[in-house]
Amino acid sequence: MSYDPKSPEALSPEALKGYAADAATAFSAAANLKALQELKPAHLGDRSPIALARREIGTLPPAAKADSGKRLNEARTEIQAAYDARLAELEAEEQERVLREEQVDVTLPWDRRPRGARHPLTTLMERVGDLFVGMGYEVAEGPELELEWANFDALNIAPDHPARGLMDTFWASEGLVLRTHTSPVQARTMLMRQPPIYIVVPGKVYRSDEFDATHSPVFHQVEGLVVDKGITMAHLKGTLDHFARAMFGANAKTRWRPHYFPFTEPSAEFDVWFEAHRDGPQWVEWGGCGMVHPNVLRACGIDPEVYSGFAFGMGIDRTLMFRNGVSDMRDMFEGDVRFTRAFGMEVQ
Amino acid sequence: MKLGLSWLREHVTLPATVTASELDSALTDLGIEVEHIVDQRESVRGELVVGRVLTIEELKEFKKPIRFVTLDIGRSAPQEVICGATNFAEGDLVVVILPGGVLPGGFEVGSRKTYGRVSNGMICSARELGISDEHAGIIVLDPSVEAKPGDDARPVVGLDDIGLTLEITPDRGYQMSVRGVARELAHAYKQKFSDPGFGPRTEGTKKPAYPVSIEDTAGCDRFAARMVRGVDPKAVTPDFMRRRLTTAGIRVLGLPIDITNYVMLELGQPMHAFDADRLKGGLVVRRAKEGEKLTTLDGVQRTLAAEDMVICDDTGPISLAAVMGGTTSEVEPTTVNVLFEAAHWDPAMVGRTARRHKLFSEAAKRWERGVDRNLCLVAIERAVNLLVEHGGGKAGAEVLDLNHPQQPTMISMAADKPTKLIGVDYSVDRIADILTEVGCDVAAYDDRVDVIPPSWRPDLRQPADLVEEVVRLDGFAKVPSVLPIAPPGNGLTPQQRRRRSVGRTLAEQGYVEVITFPFVSASMMDTLSVPSPAVRLANPLSEEEPFMRTSLLPGLLGALKRNLGRGNRDVALYEQGLVFLPAEGAVAPPVMGVAGRPEETLWDKANEAVPRQPLMAAAVLTGEAERSGWWGQGRAASWADAVQAARDVLAAASVPAADIEVTQLVSEPFHPGRCAQISVAGRPVGRAGELHPAVCAALDLPRGTSAMEIELDAVPLPAVTPPPKFSGYPPALIDVALILPSSVPAAEVERALTEGAGDLLESVRLFDVYAGKGIEDGKRSLAYSLTFRAPDRTLKVEEAVAARDAAVAVAAQRFGAVLRGA
Repeated sequence: MSYDPKSPEALSPEALKGYAADAATAFSAAANLKALQELKPAHLGDRSPIALARREIGTLPPAAKADSGKRLNEARTEIQAAYDARLAELEAEEQERVLREEQVDVTLPWDRRPRGARHPLTTLMERVGDLFVGMGYEVAEGPELELEWANFDALNIAPDHPARGLMDTFWASEGLVLRTHTSPVQARTMLMRQPPIYIVVPGKVYRSDEFDATHSPVFHQVEGLVVDKGITMAHLKGTLDHFARAMFGANAKTRWRPHYFPFTEPSAEFDVWFEAHRDGPQWVEWGGCGMVHPNVLRACGIDPEVYSGFAFGMGIDRTLMFRNGVSDMRDMFEGDVRFTRAFGMEVQ
Repeated sequence: MKLGLSWLREHVTLPATVTASELDSALTDLGIEVEHIVDQRESVRGELVVGRVLTIEELKEFKKPIRFVTLDIGRSAPQEVICGATNFAEGDLVVVILPGGVLPGGFEVGSRKTYGRVSNGMICSARELGISDEHAGIIVLDPSVEAKPGDDARPVVGLDDIGLTLEITPDRGYQMSVRGVARELAHAYKQKFSDPGFGPRTEGTKKPAYPVSIEDTAGCDRFAARMVRGVDPKAVTPDFMRRRLTTAGIRVLGLPIDITNYVMLELGQPMHAFDADRLKGGLVVRRAKEGEKLTTLDGVQRTLAAEDMVICDDTGPISLAAVMGGTTSEVEPTTVNVLFEAAHWDPAMVGRTARRHKLFSEAAKRWERGVDRNLCLVAIERAVNLLVEHGGGKAGAEVLDLNHPQQPTMISMAADKPTKLIGVDYSVDRIADILTEVGCDVAAYDDRVDVIPPSWRPDLRQPADLVEEVVRLDGFAKVPSVLPIAPPGNGLTPQQRRRRSVGRTLAEQGYVEVITFPFVSASMMDTLSVPSPAVRLANPLSEEEPFMRTSLLPGLLGALKRNLGRGNRDVALYEQGLVFLPAEGAVAPPVMGVAGRPEETLWDKANEAVPRQPLMAAAVLTGEAERSGWWGQGRAASWADAVQAARDVLAAASVPAADIEVTQLVSEPFHPGRCAQISVAGRPVGRAGELHPAVCAALDLPRGTSAMEIELDAVPLPAVTPPPKFSGYPPALIDVALILPSSVPAAEVERALTEGAGDLLESVRLFDVYAGKGIEDGKRSLAYSLTFRAPDRTLKVEEAVAARDAAVAVAAQRFGAVLRGA
């Protein structure tokens, strides 16, 4: 192979500077990545001026080789840097363009799947259950089609009590009724086990009332029962006050009025002070309560001389009505999805 | 019960300034619900004055008589008023409201031009003042009233009272009287109470006032009577009595009857007035004979039951005892000889009789709640005196008092019982004071009080009853608020947690919870082929829907239809609730007492009579399960959603996927080809699918409406969850497409592949179903992705292929499956 030295000028500092300047100018003029790629061989490829100049190094006298080599490398590094810088610039621009093009209207609705919801009465009962479970109570349940004995007799409602008449009670057959309150679960629980008993009973109850804005033949109650040694009415008051605060805010409290229930003695009705009522802060009738009647304890095999207890109960539907401002009871039972959906997964 | 405060004031001293709201809270705090309270002093506003009629000018040019009247109302000039009534004359005293006044109901009286004159006020009728319904003319005051023109007319017409409408609890009969309410107010205001129940009385005489015998002293343990002879039949009921009866909502019927009602209101003792001349022979008090007839005062002929008590004369029953008198012996406008009766009846008997005959008279209401048995003679005396005073006549010397008294029972109560039950420290003295105040005879000792309740308190039977009186009078406001410390609880039961999980899952899947009534019609049961027989209510709200649901679907589909009717589309609903499944051959539960815990066997037997009431979860849906929108086409709700909902329910109930079995089922009300039976560990727990088109048509629901129902209580509770086993080695993925007869259920193919593939198979997933071009008629292609993985090594391709082949081999052997493209 013969070598024909061409132009050692190609290695002159001026020439090398020129290559770098030419490359920088060319690269920065590249409008896009493609153009940059196309320019790359002319300035950094095998046949680029800088590559051709490298070939000339061998023709130099040994003393000049090192010096020229160094200059050449510097120039090449400069060209590469110019390329890299432009590449980075163009890539960033490209990225930006792509993202700009991928922009969508995030305000477009996405209601592809209709929303489900849980009934506010269900979640309100769960909430009451959770509150009392947190206090150590258990949630007790019982049949809705119930023994007359458990619904009435065991609760000291004598056979001649007007509540047994056709006015209030749905009768199924002899000795069987649709429970008119959650209280038969009291009797069942006391029969199942000995004190201490701390239970709360949410559930469905029935009265033969016509269905209108304020009455329903099917509604819900929650009931509490405690039977233990040394239970007093003060404990009942403490429990109801705590319950009231949990449901109606930190300033809620209860106010009692003497009343009559066959299954408690003494008995009271109670109001709750509800500050967030939509018609302004006020007392609202909430439920009934009292000390478990000794006759009830006896009928369930618990010695009233040893144990005492309290019981309370209130309408969940009514609670939802005044707490959340539901004005028509029918909305709760007609099943219109717009009603339930408004309460979402948990009633607030 | 309605009363005026002025009557109560006759028996208890109350501050003159007492206001309606004070009274309201005083009574409420004692356990008397105040339904309504009206301060009549405020019911007519402005100037209501007495006026004397000076001149009357009849204006004749109008269709009806109109008077132009001048009145002296104590001012310098006469008041000129137009009046449409004609029942008054010059010189009469009338009641005038002056311009600026407001009548009850908000009617404002002004000076206005009418009938061509200026009327400066209005002469009032009783109805306009809200006193009574009397509107035949204006009020003309009795000349004897102590009032002069210009005086405030309110006290003169009785508009100075406070009217109370009270709700008395069923245990406190004594409060259904002026006597009882006055006693309570005496407690509230700490004032002296003069008890009319201890008013004058004449003891029974040897010679009876009238021959009476009691055959059944359990039904009637006291019967008192006395005669008033020679009463003036024209005597009218005095104004005060009239007004008080009207206030109480009791009709004015003539003096003797009005007196019995007046005494009942005052003392609480229901009474009866017989026309002595219409009685035939002596009276007998006995049980009725079954089927005996009696026409009561309301004109209704009643067929009596053997338990009813009746008063009879020689002609048979003349009064349905304690509830309502009969027509043949009642006092008439011509009556001159009156026999007053005051008796004491068995409260339980009266309650049953009243309900049996649906006759809830004022008397029955009091009997049922308990009447003081010591009132008879006082009431008779009061009635006789009132009749003699206002109706003339002469009281008979003889007083009948057939009395079969019972010994009052003493209640012995531990002295610390009230403190132990209420949590307030009551001293023995305090307890004794309160119980004495309510009328008890109290002997207090250090450790106990011995108490004999008063005759008007039959509700006081045991210590708890006495405790109630102590806390009631001492005040609930004094009861402190103490939170009891419960022993550690166990939280929610697995069933309760499961119920919540299932509800949340369905809601998250787009279903909206509803709570429907469980009442179902026979036709709905028939249309939906729900399980029968169902429990039938004896007294349903609607005869159309007498049955208790045996499935949640009737209620859910009803709600679905209502939503569609209201324009809600794409509706998916769910409900969780009990259904009622009567046991075959069930018998009535045995009778159980309340003296103590029922015997175990008896209790079990009673519960066998209670229909099984399992908890169900059900869902229905129609319209689009996924909506169409700007993103493209949606997806109509179908049988597949229903089956998926069932699977979701079971997943929420922590049933392992391997235990869930879905099989084809033909079952009403579902589409015969689109119904799945859902089983858990081999036991059917529910169904899901598309409703039969005929059912949709019958219920007017869109075709394709789908439903599912699972008996949650039949789903076994999960065991402790075992840890999952999974390998970190890479998987081998192989797809297979099998051609099989279309009749082979996919679930069975999957099972065959799973069994054939062996332990290396990690998962199998159907990703395509194809029938049509290239596939023989009656067959289809099912394409599966099989994922293989070994727990301890990277699988070799040959191992995976061998497992795949083994899987296909089982499918081939069971169903004749062939590899597509093989």
